[in-house]
Amino acid sequence: MLTVRDITVRFGERTVLDRLSLSVATGEVVALLGPSGVGKSTLLRVIAGLLQPDDGSVLLDERNVTELPTHRRNVGLVFQNEQLFPHLTVAQNVGFGLKVQGVARAAAAERVAELLELVGLGASANLHVTKLSGGEAKRVALVRSLAPRPAVLLLDEPLTGLDRELHDRLAVELAGILRATGTTALLVTHDHVEAATIADRTITL
Amino acid sequence: MDRAGAALNRLPRWLVPALLTLPVAGLTLFYLWPLGTLFTRVLQPSSASDALHTPGLGRVLWFTLWQAVASTVLTLLVGFAPAYVVSRFRFPGRRALLAAVTVPFMLPTVVVGAAFLALLPSSWHGTAQAVVVAHVFFNVAVVVRLVGAMWAVLPTDLTAAARTLGASPRQVLQHVVLPLLRPGLWAAATVVFLFTFTSFGAARLLGGAANPTLEVEIARRATQLGDVDGAAVLSLLQLLVLAAVVWWSARWQRRATVQLGGGAAGGRRARGRAQRRFVTAVAAFTAVVMVTPLLVMVSRSFRLGEGWSLRAWRTLGTAEVRPGIRLGVDPLASLSTSLRFALVAAVLSTIVGGLAALAISSARRHGRLLDVGVTLPLGTSAVTIGLGMLITFDTEPFDWRASWWLIPLGHSLVATPFVVRAVLPTLRSIPADQRAAAATLGASPLRSWWSIDVRRVGVPLVAAGGLAAAISLGEFGATTFLTRSGRETMPIAIARLLGRTGEIPRAQGFALATMLLAVTALIIVAVERRGLLDADRS
Repeated sequence: MLTVRDITVRFGERTVLDRLSLSVATGEVVALLGPSGVGKSTLLRVIAGLLQPDDGSVLLDERNVTELPTHRRNVGLVFQNEQLFPHLTVAQNVGFGLKVQGVARAAAAERVAELLELVGLGASANLHVTKLSGGEAKRVALVRSLAPRPAVLLLDEPLTGLDRELHDRLAVELAGILRATGTTALLVTHDHVEAATIADRTITL
Repeated sequence: MDRAGAALNRLPRWLVPALLTLPVAGLTLFYLWPLGTLFTRVLQPSSASDALHTPGLGRVLWFTLWQAVASTVLTLLVGFAPAYVVSRFRFPGRRALLAAVTVPFMLPTVVVGAAFLALLPSSWHGTAQAVVVAHVFFNVAVVVRLVGAMWAVLPTDLTAAARTLGASPRQVLQHVVLPLLRPGLWAAATVVFLFTFTSFGAARLLGGAANPTLEVEIARRATQLGDVDGAAVLSLLQLLVLAAVVWWSARWQRRATVQLGGGAAGGRRARGRAQRRFVTAVAAFTAVVMVTPLLVMVSRSFRLGEGWSLRAWRTLGTAEVRPGIRLGVDPLASLSTSLRFALVAAVLSTIVGGLAALAISSARRHGRLLDVGVTLPLGTSAVTIGLGMLITFDTEPFDWRASWWLIPLGHSLVATPFVVRAVLPTLRSIPADQRAAAATLGASPLRSWWSIDVRRVGVPLVAAGGLAAAISLGEFGATTFLTRSGRETMPIAIARLLGRTGEIPRAQGFALATMLLAVTALIIVAVERRGLLDADRS
């Protein structure tokens, strides 16, 4: 369960988030809707610990994580432009979180294979990520974040930059994967249809 | 431009050959021929085996190698934190810090040597540590610039992604940042290794007789022992090592190169107290390290015994220190000699380099080949160039060793590749459509080339001329072989003065080095203002 309480973020004179509060129940998928510039991505960065809020707190399963560095929060984040590690293969990208968290090699390999099968990329495991198509890269980014079983998965416009047909297909696929893995997720988007397809509940900023 | 249009609107066939006449003739006569002479000497089997069996050669090779490796590793370690701070953060004084790091790299090696003679305790003079420390100081700029350039384009979200996956700061560095910086680290390591392996000026001043690098040994054999054959063999040996290193490193670099995806990158303000402290500490420490040796050198020129004195500066104009006692070096005369040579070298290399750059950018085929050809002297050490000229131009009708112009000519040989490198980016950045536009307005191909390309090189060429003058002012390797007494350049005079034991000559050496530092730094700052050095590195 994710709870955000009275988050305030100011960039200089500009107040981007003003005492924002929301919560996402365990296993729930919530979409955060709103035009660009209202601070949706900023909120995700605050939850992930990539940005310190000027005020307010972030609670994960009743635990206050506001002062915790990103790597100790167990929060997954799918970036808008994937941010796959260009020097690693598909499997190494997906296994990155397991490796740095000290999961045994055999167990990690098994989990990576399982996740790649889930998104139909089992055959591409040893490919370099620079060789992937747009849709494939999005899938790899998704399962990379899922691999360490995050307490909450944050998705920052994860389907932008795809053509309409692929976008719609992936939205359905994404909804299925989040349900199948029982993931608690907060999705940022500006697309109503996408929000309705993927999320259980929608919050408009 | 499409192919049909290109065929119709071609520049006249004679243009490129005409532009190339002077550069090719100069390069052949003053670079290729001397180099050829040098290597035919080596091919005589007796001289080769004699030179390779001299006692002490193994020690020279070993020292050259290990000091280069040690200097390279240390430079990478020292330059890493400043590279990070300069490329990832914005803070007041960032540009000044970058200048403080860059200027030493462009300073004459003799000035760097003098600065460390002034800074280090005399027990360190003539030691290997002194050579390595000076090398690190000199080359930190290479790491900051090359690694920093890669770091600046690394998307910030890439490291953020690693952190959300649970990687600690150390793991982010180890698994994401270092692998992605590897091409930059390799490039920097290669450049630093090449520079320190062929180090001459600083090594000669600081290493003393006990720790000669290969370059110093080549010069010693040729100018002090008269063993030209031996020196030639060592030059070839060095050239082979350098070629091997360049080839090996190019392979590695290609393999390590990765394409970076999208995402914002570049500098931002430090956030949080710990980060602000870190940035301030690294910036301040780097600035102190880069500036102190030079300041100490300047202050030493005002010191005699325990007190302060202007005596060294006041006596610069006379060869006599005391009535009847001469030093054999006239410091102030060396200044005017150096300025005169720098002017000639700048004009020569501007003309030749400008013509070559225009030819390279206008050539349809073989442009790349020409580019490499013109850059060749850059890969040859200055000592090798000087030695080649020394043994080639000593017989009639080419007995030019007594001619004053041989020295500035040698300097322009060293400087011309830099001029070409400085001018080419400007020429290459001219959109083809500009010429097309001129053509549709009724200009012939030659006319539009003249009014677009040639007009455009003016400004960068002037800046490049400044760079050539700075190179000439500081040139030490080639000059060592070509210099004649009574016609010393500043670096030669500085080395001589600092090689003496008296207090006054040493202070004079520091004074002269201070002047050379001032002139060179002024030129560098003026050229850097034009952004020329950045273009050079892109």
